[in-house]
Amino acid sequence: MAKITYVSSAGCERIVEVPTGTNVMDGALRNDIEGIIGDCAGGCTCSTCHVYVEESWVARLAPPIDIETSMLELAAAPLRPTSRLACQIVVRDDLDGLVVHIPSTQR
Amino acid sequence: MRIEGTRGSVVIVGAGHAGGTVAMELRAAGHGAPVTIVGDEPHVPYQRPPLSKAFLKGGLPEEKLELRPRAWYATHDVDLRLGEPVYAIDRAARRLRLCGGETLAYDHLVLATGVRPARLAVPGANLEGVHHLRGIADARRLATDLGGAGRLVVVGAGFTGLEVAASAATLGCAVTLVARGHKVLSRVASAPVATFLRARHEAAGVAFRFGADVAAFLGDGDRVAGVRLGDGEVLACDRVLVAVGAEANDDLARRAGLACADGGIVVDGSGRTSDPAIFAIGDVSVRPLPYLGGRLVRLESVHNALEQARIAAAVIAETPPPRLEPPWFWSDQYDLKLQTVGLVAEADDLVLRGDPEIGRFAVFHLAGDRLRAVEAINAPLDFAIGKQMVAKDAPISRDALADPSVNIRAVATAH
Ligand SMILES: Cc1cc2nc3c(=O)[nH]c(=O)nc-3n(C[C@H](O)[C@H](O)[C@H](O)COP(=O)(O)OP(=O)(O)OC[C@H]3O[C@@H](n4cnc5c(N)ncnc54)[C@H](O)[C@@H]3O)c2cc1C
Ligand code: FES
Repeated sequence: MAKITYVSSAGCERIVEVPTGTNVMDGALRNDIEGIIGDCAGGCTCSTCHVYVEESWVARLAPPIDIETSMLELAAAPLRPTSRLACQIVVRDDLDGLVVHIPSTQR
Repeated sequence: MRIEGTRGSVVIVGAGHAGGTVAMELRAAGHGAPVTIVGDEPHVPYQRPPLSKAFLKGGLPEEKLELRPRAWYATHDVDLRLGEPVYAIDRAARRLRLCGGETLAYDHLVLATGVRPARLAVPGANLEGVHHLRGIADARRLATDLGGAGRLVVVGAGFTGLEVAASAATLGCAVTLVARGHKVLSRVASAPVATFLRARHEAAGVAFRFGADVAAFLGDGDRVAGVRLGDGEVLACDRVLVAVGAEANDDLARRAGLACADGGIVVDGSGRTSDPAIFAIGDVSVRPLPYLGGRLVRLESVHNALEQARIAAAVIAETPPPRLEPPWFWSDQYDLKLQTVGLVAEADDLVLRGDPEIGRFAVFHLAGDRLRAVEAINAPLDFAIGKQMVAKDAPISRDALADPSVNIRAVATAH
């Protein structure tokens, strides 16, 4: 279990507990957090689960694999060095405190 | 008093991917009128793709399939009536009749009833151990039956047949795949992709019988023990998956006199059937596809279910229509991710990039100077850039595309 903070593009914060083994996209959908869509439900084929990871957390996450980096190309909002696909960030206990920012658009 | 035209109460038939999504989109769009989903399965709306993949292999809890947790529907005032098949539509009264006899009034009706697996009309088709795969209940039965390895015959080399073959082979089953055609995915994939996938399955131990028909399922008591092919060969097995395509659940619509053709319910670009109060979306519908210049097709994919759900919700809630995309799809088999955009049949010329020998390549399909489709295997960048190029529908340089020294990003900007 990890507490994850989702910050909306308007700056609203929601902190929710997300079970280990699920991913950051699941955490958003299961807690009714808007702005993360997840059309392919983790199939890594839609890029509608784009998030910006808080700077200080970037290095603490497992780095993206090739498919994630490639699929980020299709994200609707501008890419930043902190861009990730939320469905590819698997939740572990040591991600407790993770902060992700939701872009203003996904489609 | 009935609210005429738009913005009234909505009843959705079918608690699947399209039906669940239309409810979510209506609430997201601020539609405040009552929304009811009536579904015959006992589950909250869920996604099916994992049923032949991660769920079948085990380790994926059922809630991971749910589009939203059950609590979402209460919080958003969406009435869920599960385990209740809809029996008939009374269009004149704008009422639905449930199997129990109860009726439900609607201003807008959305039919999202999906498809059911086609069955083989051969002796022994009802033996125990002969499976079909569409829903959670089917997948649970199949997963239980695949435990303890054994011999599985898969009938049909479409996506469901191939994915189940891959999952079962990974679980240690001895798999034989019987197909009427002469290659896998014969109706949807190009020759390089079909050849590659076949070889990958063979490397995993899957045996193929192409150009073969099933004559009968043979029983040992009530349980299947073999499959007899048209040429007389008998494949001994302990279980069978029949995955020979699907038939639309359009009987409600047909009985209500709605226009149906090409194996589904015909709708217009806004998802409306021949009755403007009734929409049809997802696998059950036959829609004009902008990618095909408006030609009517019935597609079975998550992309299609979501897009049509969004179109219908926008019409009902009177919000701007969604941006449409060329059809896209994915499939997971072994360590392979196949991603496709567009329809391969729409092109007449192909260019291969990458190398099937190393299991990483993409087939680009052109019609004239337009890119119409891409099939990418473990080549996500080709899929991503290719998807943008197909959507843009602008002239591209075949020479640049065919030149392996030109990066795919550069191809996208070359003319
Ligand atoms: C095993 C499997 C793997 C798949 N893999 C992929 C994939 O990798 N990628 C992809 O893009 N697509 C995939 N698909 C296709 C995708 O799941 C479908 O396109 C999608 O589910 C269509 O959504 P739908 O709402 O139209 O139909 P469904 O999700 O099937 O929902 C229809 C619902 O309506 C119910 N219903 C029918 N009649 C009635 C009635 N009279 N009264 C009440 N309820 C009724 C049905 O029981 C069902 O619950 C896969 C499908 C299967 C079966
Ligand atoms: S949910 Fe589709 S890429 Fe993450």
